[in-house]
Parts: sequence; structure tokens; C-alpha cells
Amino acid sequence: MSRVLGRIFVASLARRRLATALSLFAIALGVALGLAVQIIHGAALDEFGRGMRLLSGEADLQVAGSRDGFDDALYGRLAMRDEVADASPVVELEVRLPAHDRSLSLFGLDALRVAYVHPALMPQQVDDARRDDVALAALQPDALFLSPAAQAELGVSAGERLDVLAGARVVSLRVAGAVPGAGQGRALAVMDIAAAQQLFGRPGRITRIDLRLKPGIDVGAARDALAADLPAGVAVLTPHAAEELAAGLSRAYRVNLTMLAAIALVTGGFLVFSTQFLAVARRRQEFAFLRALGLGRGALMRGLLIEGAVVGIAGGLLGIAFGHGIAAVAFDVAGGDLGAGYFSGVSPALRFDLAASGTYLLLGVLAGLAGAWLPAREARHMLPARALKSGDEASMFRFHPRPRRAAACLAGAAVLCLLPPLAGVPVFGYLAVALILVGAVLVLPMLVRGVTRVASRPRRALWRLANARLAAAPGQGVVAGAGVVASVALAVAMAIMVASFRDSVDRWLTAVLPADLYVSASPQGTSGFLDPAALARIAALPGVSRTMPVRFDTLRLDDRHLPVSLIARPLDGGKLLPLVGLSVPPSAGEKPAWVSEAMADLFALGAGDRIVLPLGGNPVAFRVAGVWRDYARQQGAVAIELADYRAATGDLVANDVGVFLAAGTSFDTVAAAVRDILGENTVRIASPGEIRARSLAIFDRTFLVTYAMEAVAVLIGLFGVSTSFAVLAIARRKEFGMLRHLGMTRREVGRLITLEGVLTAAAGTVLGLLAGTAVAFVLIEVVNRQSFHWSMDLHVPFGGLLAFAAIVIALAGLAARVSGYQAMRGSALLAVREDW
Amino acid sequence: MGWRRIWRALALAVCGVLAMPAVKAEPDYPPVLPGTVLRFPEDGGAHPDFRTEWWYVTGWITDERGVERGFQVTFFRVRTGIGEDNPSRFAPRQLVLAHAAIADPAAGRLLHAERSERALDPLAGADPGATRVWIRDWQLAWTQDHYRSRIDAGSFAFDLRFDPSGLPVLNGDNGFSQKATDPKHASHYYSRPQLAVSGALRVDGATVPVTGRAWLDHEWSSELLPEGARGWDWIGINLHDGGSLMAFRMRDERGAALWSAGTLRAAGGEPRALRPGQVAFTPQRRWRSPRTGAEYAVEWLIDIDGRRLELRPLMDDQELDSRRSTGAVYWEGAVRLFESGREIGRGYLEMTGYAERLRM
Repeated sequence: MSRVLGRIFVASLARRRLATALSLFAIALGVALGLAVQIIHGAALDEFGRGMRLLSGEADLQVAGSRDGFDDALYGRLAMRDEVADASPVVELEVRLPAHDRSLSLFGLDALRVAYVHPALMPQQVDDARRDDVALAALQPDALFLSPAAQAELGVSAGERLDVLAGARVVSLRVAGAVPGAGQGRALAVMDIAAAQQLFGRPGRITRIDLRLKPGIDVGAARDALAADLPAGVAVLTPHAAEELAAGLSRAYRVNLTMLAAIALVTGGFLVFSTQFLAVARRRQEFAFLRALGLGRGALMRGLLIEGAVVGIAGGLLGIAFGHGIAAVAFDVAGGDLGAGYFSGVSPALRFDLAASGTYLLLGVLAGLAGAWLPAREARHMLPARALKSGDEASMFRFHPRPRRAAACLAGAAVLCLLPPLAGVPVFGYLAVALILVGAVLVLPMLVRGVTRVASRPRRALWRLANARLAAAPGQGVVAGAGVVASVALAVAMAIMVASFRDSVDRWLTAVLPADLYVSASPQGTSGFLDPAALARIAALPGVSRTMPVRFDTLRLDDRHLPVSLIARPLDGGKLLPLVGLSVPPSAGEKPAWVSEAMADLFALGAGDRIVLPLGGNPVAFRVAGVWRDYARQQGAVAIELADYRAATGDLVANDVGVFLAAGTSFDTVAAAVRDILGENTVRIASPGEIRARSLAIFDRTFLVTYAMEAVAVLIGLFGVSTSFAVLAIARRKEFGMLRHLGMTRREVGRLITLEGVLTAAAGTVLGLLAGTAVAFVLIEVVNRQSFHWSMDLHVPFGGLLAFAAIVIALAGLAARVSGYQAMRGSALLAVREDW
Repeated sequence: MGWRRIWRALALAVCGVLAMPAVKAEPDYPPVLPGTVLRFPEDGGAHPDFRTEWWYVTGWITDERGVERGFQVTFFRVRTGIGEDNPSRFAPRQLVLAHAAIADPAAGRLLHAERSERALDPLAGADPGATRVWIRDWQLAWTQDHYRSRIDAGSFAFDLRFDPSGLPVLNGDNGFSQKATDPKHASHYYSRPQLAVSGALRVDGATVPVTGRAWLDHEWSSELLPEGARGWDWIGINLHDGGSLMAFRMRDERGAALWSAGTLRAAGGEPRALRPGQVAFTPQRRWRSPRTGAEYAVEWLIDIDGRRLELRPLMDDQELDSRRSTGAVYWEGAVRLFESGREIGRGYLEMTGYAERLRM
């Protein structure tokens, strides 16, 4: 393109600075958000994967069972097999550190085997010169070796001591050295496997065996051969499969955030569209003139597309800078999982991600090009002779209502909602959301026409003018209103979804926390537990009417899924669970189990089905008596009666105990009595209210990013409305001049513009509310259900939504009025003479 | 007699304990007392109450083409004193360590490998009752009337059978072998010289049948090395006439003998214990290791009760450098014994404490 044409096209961007800046900013935001999500999760996943690879070391296969582990006699059997070159037994524990109010991953290892299978976990004594001592130093029962990250985070160095919680006892361990191979990214501790078993009350149990196969042994064949030899609930996986399973858990969450970023990007593209569209309308005569001077159709179209691309490139580059900035801040503030808790114990570092940056820059350019496409095509198709005349731009705003297309979109959305997810990602749900939005935008012109018809009943001139204007050029209203529809719909959908979710979580917490006081020895399956003696003493305390011990474990049901959580507690035939749907009481002699919605979805289970749970290394048959709602364990959970668990395993300890107080007993008295029995710092004692508040705080933190992105989407939508009106107002300067000539005051013209804005925005907002509710329904019933496998009750925050709608309409009116005044700043005479 | 390995194992045990003053006092290791009667095959098995114990086989083997090589395989058992009250099967109460090496003149240096494990059935252990020590597929075991040892270290492997030609030779005072002036520094110690070797050896990817003569030492004790000792020199020689000679000396910082002793058995005769005054080691030609810089006397003049014997190595570089794994550095290799210029026997020489000071 010649320099002259460059001046004509690209330079025109500079002439409408505000509109260009807003489009550019919207694209930049979309790119920045998407890129930030990508970088943050990419880095977190990398680090997570590196952590897992570090822990699996050079293992070809990993044998793993439940969190509580399996009989360690299996180790000798597997290690002696012909296929196996080296085997390394592991006891994995989350150890609570009473002095630091956190837990630490601890690996009980055989220091003599570590070097062959996971050299990175090799403990190293402080005094490196005395290499010979390491073997025995690492065998000492009180010797703990900390990774550099753990030493830094805990502020404990070699030679000092670290208190850990073992059962309900605080034990002081000596930090004998480091685990230098663990790198900076991961806080972990290593100690001798026998010492870990004894100290943490796990005699005869290990959680993992890592195997290195002999050279030339086929991993798949060895895996099959080994799998046949394993007890119930123990699976053999390749480290890669284990990593995939773990990463898969957060995939739905990551896709969700990426979708939000995509919405911001699409909005940016839409903004480019609306400004370009109106700019093309305004410059129609200019283009006709250029065409008459010999500019080809193609060159005209290319010029306009380049305008869009330039906005896209600039926005994209700005977005890349923003995106890395956001990621840096997010790593500092919220951690690698943006507060959602998927990657705890992982501290990733910010890196420039060339591939992701390139991709998002390209997406930014595409958004700019897509926004410029329709206006450019429109310009290409105009007839120069006609367009040279004034008023021809009105033809651009002739908008044909397309009821069939709108209906097809909405029907398509309904059908997509019925389809299952692809690889755990609700692809069709997201498509349905997109179709609903498109359908709503297609419905908009019909609605605008309807609104104006109703509105023009009063005989007042202003109303009739507004009506005439909107009826004559509905396209203008559509361009301005579509932004309103999209942003209102998304905001409303998110608001309804989050409100429903929060409300459901709140009620769920009430249902799962029936007791008056909770004593927790191990909040997340950590090293603490309550033995039968401690449980008996708590039950015997004065003021305690009843206790409800809870035992947590995980069960590995097959090698295609992550282990599900096992919750064994008194359930009173399921009455103490937040059940959904029908329940089927098991017949006599059958043991009932209640599965969470996630487990029902993942394992295709329903009430009445038979299910085999590996308890204590043996398969035990249960009947699914019902499905319950669980927001806490996305990989699935199964609840069984504590008595059944104890009968099957002989395991009498508990992780938590819920305490029901006798009437008139105070919480504090019993809490103090429990602390007297168990000691300070060994257990957490909380009321259901505290647990609820804490859980909801976690909930809000999880949705913090969602809220932020939602706000950005609304903001960009409002930008769209105001730029649309600004450009429209400029385009209509002639018209305003005419009205002034006819005797209308500036104030009256301003009121007219405001009225038009309000009417358009009202139509858009009403439609946005309706579309938003539909989208919320899809989000709740399809996207959330398929992503996270949990249901929720629809809860519409009417008050908030109405207030929001009113604000949007008012802001739209204000935006229209401000832009109108700007447009009328010039002389009415000049404005009219422009045409004649 | 495998002292350098016991030294390493003991170094492990002792330094481990010393470095950890908080850990409870070490367990009651039984003392080594004179007058204890050794019985076979029972005493060929492990004595798990004692602190350390080893089975040490060295010898010369010849393949079909007449190539001569030295070999050694050693299994150690160490009672660590750790986890004695721990019911876990992983409790590291007993460790089993193994070293294997081939002295191949074609390679010009030792091929060696080692393993260490906590005793854990069925992976590794040392059985009482009769000789059976193993770490996974490495093993040394007595069955009926012979020993068998299988080692596969990847770069080399052997599967050898050892047939004894006589009764065990009890060293020292009927198997009570004193190591210093203070009789508390002693071990129970017997040897099986003149073992007829048959089996297969794999080096450089080729497996060849081999035959030869070997020597087995079995020793157990509870005491650490005497104070002031820096290392020791030891020989175990199968004499061509069917007799056998074992001799050792403990060295101090300056290289002077702190204690020496030995056992000489004439062909068909009874073993005769050699007192300190009857054994003298005099270094002759020296060789400096290019890897560690340590200097070893690879040729010796040995005075046994007035007989002047000369010791010459199969090859100079028989230093075992395991600094990258366990840190131990010593010389241990196949040697020939000469008297008046005539070769009268073959066996193994072991020299420890030359590369670095003993860490005890």
C-alpha cells in the first residue's frame, strides 16, 4: 500500500483517537487476560509436572493405592520380579507442623534405594565431606532432610529441630541435612521409611512403589503383568499417566478461565467492529470519492482491513506486556492456581512464554481483522456514484430482521446442551453459550422495533422523533445495542451462576456440618489422627451428648481415574448427607454407600448400582444407596457408615470428630476440655460457623479471578456502548444541525439523543437479562456439571440484577448524551452545509 | 580378611552414631571372648547380635585360553543399632553390603561393583545357621558341601562354585583373633583356604568357563578399630604345596606395625598361629595411583617366622576407588608369593589407610 493510502486509512485511526484507543484497549485486555491465564497455568502445570517427575524420578512404573497406602509386603514381591531392575518403596505423608500452622509433604524413603530410582530425593547430610556417614545418618529415626524450598519457607536450617504432629503427639525431629536435588520449587522433607512408618503410626503400610525395569523390558507388557499381581485398590501406572491424571483435575478450571479471556477478546473484536462500522459510514463519501479517482475495490477493502489489523497488533502487543505483568502480580498474590487450590506446594516462576505470546498476538490481530471484516466488505460493495450523494450511509443501517436465524441459533443452543463433554471439557456447553449470545443479538432489531412502537404511543414530538429514527435505521440501534446485550448477558449469567453456587455451597455446608463442635486432627489427610483412646475420652467429657468420628482415606478404583475420597462416618442411613435425587435403601445384608455427584458422573454410577470398594486390601461389595452433593472433592467421593469401614479394615482411628453438645453446655467449656486431653496445637477445634465462614472465604477467593474477569467484560461492553454512541453522534451531526434549524434547542436535541440511547439500551438490557438467565442455566446445568460434576440450585439475585440493569441503562443514556453534546459543539449552520 | 571393608562399614556405623548424640546409646553388642568354640556349619551363618561380620572370597581363576584373573566378592553384615524397637519390616537394624571385583590384566585395572541394602526378606539378608548372604540376585551360600556365589554387575558377572579341600582353619587362638595389644580388640575369625573354583565368568560380554583356587574368610566382632591405627596390610595365600598362609599387621600413623599376627598351615598339617614377633611386612617397590595420588607398596618382603618371602602383584593398578559412591579407597589385588625366586603360592593382598586417614 502506498504512503498516500497509508495516510488515508491507518491515519484515520489517529483522527478518532478515543474510539481507536478503546478498541485497542479492549483487545489488549482480552489478550492480556488470556495470556496471563495461559502463562500462570502453564507455569504452574510445568512446575507441578516437574514436581511429579522429580518424585517419580527415573521410575518406569509406579504402583500406588489409596492415601493410606497398602501392605508393604508387596514391595518385596514386586522388587524380586524378573522384569524389575530396581524398586523403591515410598511412604508419602502430609505432615502437620504445629508451630507453622501448615503442612509439609514428607517422603519416607529407603536412602539405600533412592539413588537407583529417584536420585533427586537423595538426602544429603550437612557435612558433605563426611560422605560415608550419609547412609547411616539418613537411617536415624529422628533425622529429617529438607528441600531448599522447605528450609527457606520454614526458616529452619540443618542442625536445628522441627516439630511435627504424629497422631495427636508433637514430635521434635532433627534437621540432619538437605535434599539438594529437589530444587527450589518444591517444599518437601525426606526421612527414613521405617522411621516414618513407626513415627506416624503406619506399621506395615507404604503408599507407593517406584519401579525401574530391566533394559529391554516393554513397559506396557510389564505393566499388565504386574497389574495382575496387585491387591484390590492398588494400581500400576506410568509416571506420565499419573501426571496426566493429576493435571486433568484442573483442566476444566483452566478451560473455564480461558473461556472468560476469550470473551474479553471477542468483545474487543466487536468493539473494533462497531467503531469501524460507524467510521465506514461516516467516511462513505470519502471512499466513494477515492473510488471515483480510481482506487480499486480490493485496495479499499485491504486498506480498511489493515486498519483493523493495526488496532489488533497494537492491542496485542500491549496485551502481551499487560499479560506478563498480570501474571507476575498473580504469582505474588494468589499463587499458581489463582487461589483455586489445585497446585498447592508449588511455587512457579514467571517466564516469557514466546509460543503463548505469539498465539495471543495472532488472536488479537484476528480480533481486529474480524471486527473490520464486515465494514470493509460493506465498503467494497458500495456504488461510488450513489454513495457520493449525501445520506447514502443510511443504507448501511438498513437492517433486516432475521427471525429464522435467531430461532435456529437458540434451537441449536438447546440441542448442544444435551451433548456430553469432550475429554472432560464442556465444549458444547461453551458453544451453546455463544449461540445464545448470537441469537440474542439477532433478536435485538425486532425488539428495538417493538420497543419504539410501544414507546411512540404518547404524542410527544420527542418520542415520535426517536421512534422514527430507530425505526428508519434500526441498524444503528443494533450496533450500539449488541454490545449492551452481550455484556449484560455475560454479567447476568455470571452473577446468577456465582450466586447460585454460593447459595448452594452455603446450604451444603450447613448440611454437612451437623455437629456443634469439630475436633480435627488432620484437615487434609495429614499426619495427625485420633486414636480410639482419645476418641473415648472426648466422648466421655461432661457436656458431650454424642460424638461422630470421621475417617478419611482415598480409594483407587481403577487406573484411569484419580483416587476418590472415602468418608467413613456415622451417616444414619444417609440422613446426614445432602442427598440429591432418589435414594434406594439397600436390602438386608447389603452395605450401603453413597456416592458424590462427581463420582456418579465419572464412574457412571446411580442409586441401586453395586460397587466394590477396596478396603484394607480386600474388595468389599456395597450397594449405592444414593447420590449426594459434594463441592469439596472434584475427583469424587464415597461415603460409607463408619461401622462398615471398621468391620472391613479393623482401623479404629479417626481424622476428625464431630461433637454434639448437651443442652446448656457452652462451646468454649468443651473446647477447653478437649484441648486439655489432646494438648495445645495438636488439633484444630472449630464451630460449624467458623468452618462455614472459612469455607466461604475460600470460595470467594476461588472466584476472585472470575469476578475480576467478569468486571472487565462488563467494562468492555460499556466501552462499546459509549464508543458506539460517540461515533453515531458524530455521524449524525448533519441531522442534529437540521433539527436545530427546525427550531429544536440544543437541550431538546440532547434529550432526543439520550432518549434514543435509553431506549436502545433498555431493549439491549432486557434482552441481556433474558439471554443472561439462559446462559446462566447453561453454565449451571451443562458447563459446571460437566466440568466439575456438581449440581446447584438456581438462585437469581433479583435485586442486584435490577439495580445493575438500571445502572447500565442510565450509563448508556449518559454516554449518548455526552457524545451528542460533543457532536453539537460546532455551528448548526456548518453542520448542515456539509451536506449541501 | 576384609578389614578395609569392615573399616568402611564401621566408619559408617560409628560416625553415624557419633554424629547423633541425641540418639539413645548403642545396643549391647556381645563381646568377642577367647575360649568360644566355633561349630560348623552353624558358625558359617550370620551372628546378627555382633556389630559387624563379613564373608570374603578371593582367588585366582583361569579361563580355557589360560588367561589368569583375580576375583573377590565380599558380603558384609552390620548391626546398626538403629530401629531396634521398630516393628517395621524396613527397620534398618541390619544392613547388608556387598563388593565384587575382577582383576583383569587386559583391562589394566579393577572392574568393580557394590551394593548396599537394609536386610529385608526376601530382598537382602544374612541367615544364621549356615552361610547364606544375599542382596537380590547377588549371593554367597553354603549348600551341603560347597559354597556358591553369583554376582551380576552388568559390566561383569560370575557364577562360581567353591569346593573346600579340608576343614575350616581357625585363626588366632582357636578362632579368637586378637587385633591389638588390648585383647578386647579381637574377632572370631576362620578361613577356608584351598577352595577349588569352578564356574563361569563374564567380562567384555563374553562368558567363559573358569577354574582356579580361592580363599574364604569369615569374621565377626563387636569392637571398633584400635586407637591410633591408621590402616592395615593383609595377605591370604594358597600355597602350591596345599598349605596356606594368612598374615596381617595393623599400622599406626607413621606406618609402623602396632600389631601383627598370622596363621600358617603346612600341607596336611595343623594350623599354626603366628605371634606378633613372627610376622614382619617390609615394603619394597611402590606404585602411585594416578586417580587418587595414594602411594602403595605393590611388592613386599614378608618375614614369616624366619622365612623371607616376596610378594609381587598380578598387576600394579588394583586400587579400588569408590569415592563417587561410598568414598572408600584401598588397594586389594591378586598377588604371587615367592621364596628364593620360586613361586610358592598365590592369593590376595589388601592395603588400607593409604589414600586417607581413617575416619574413626
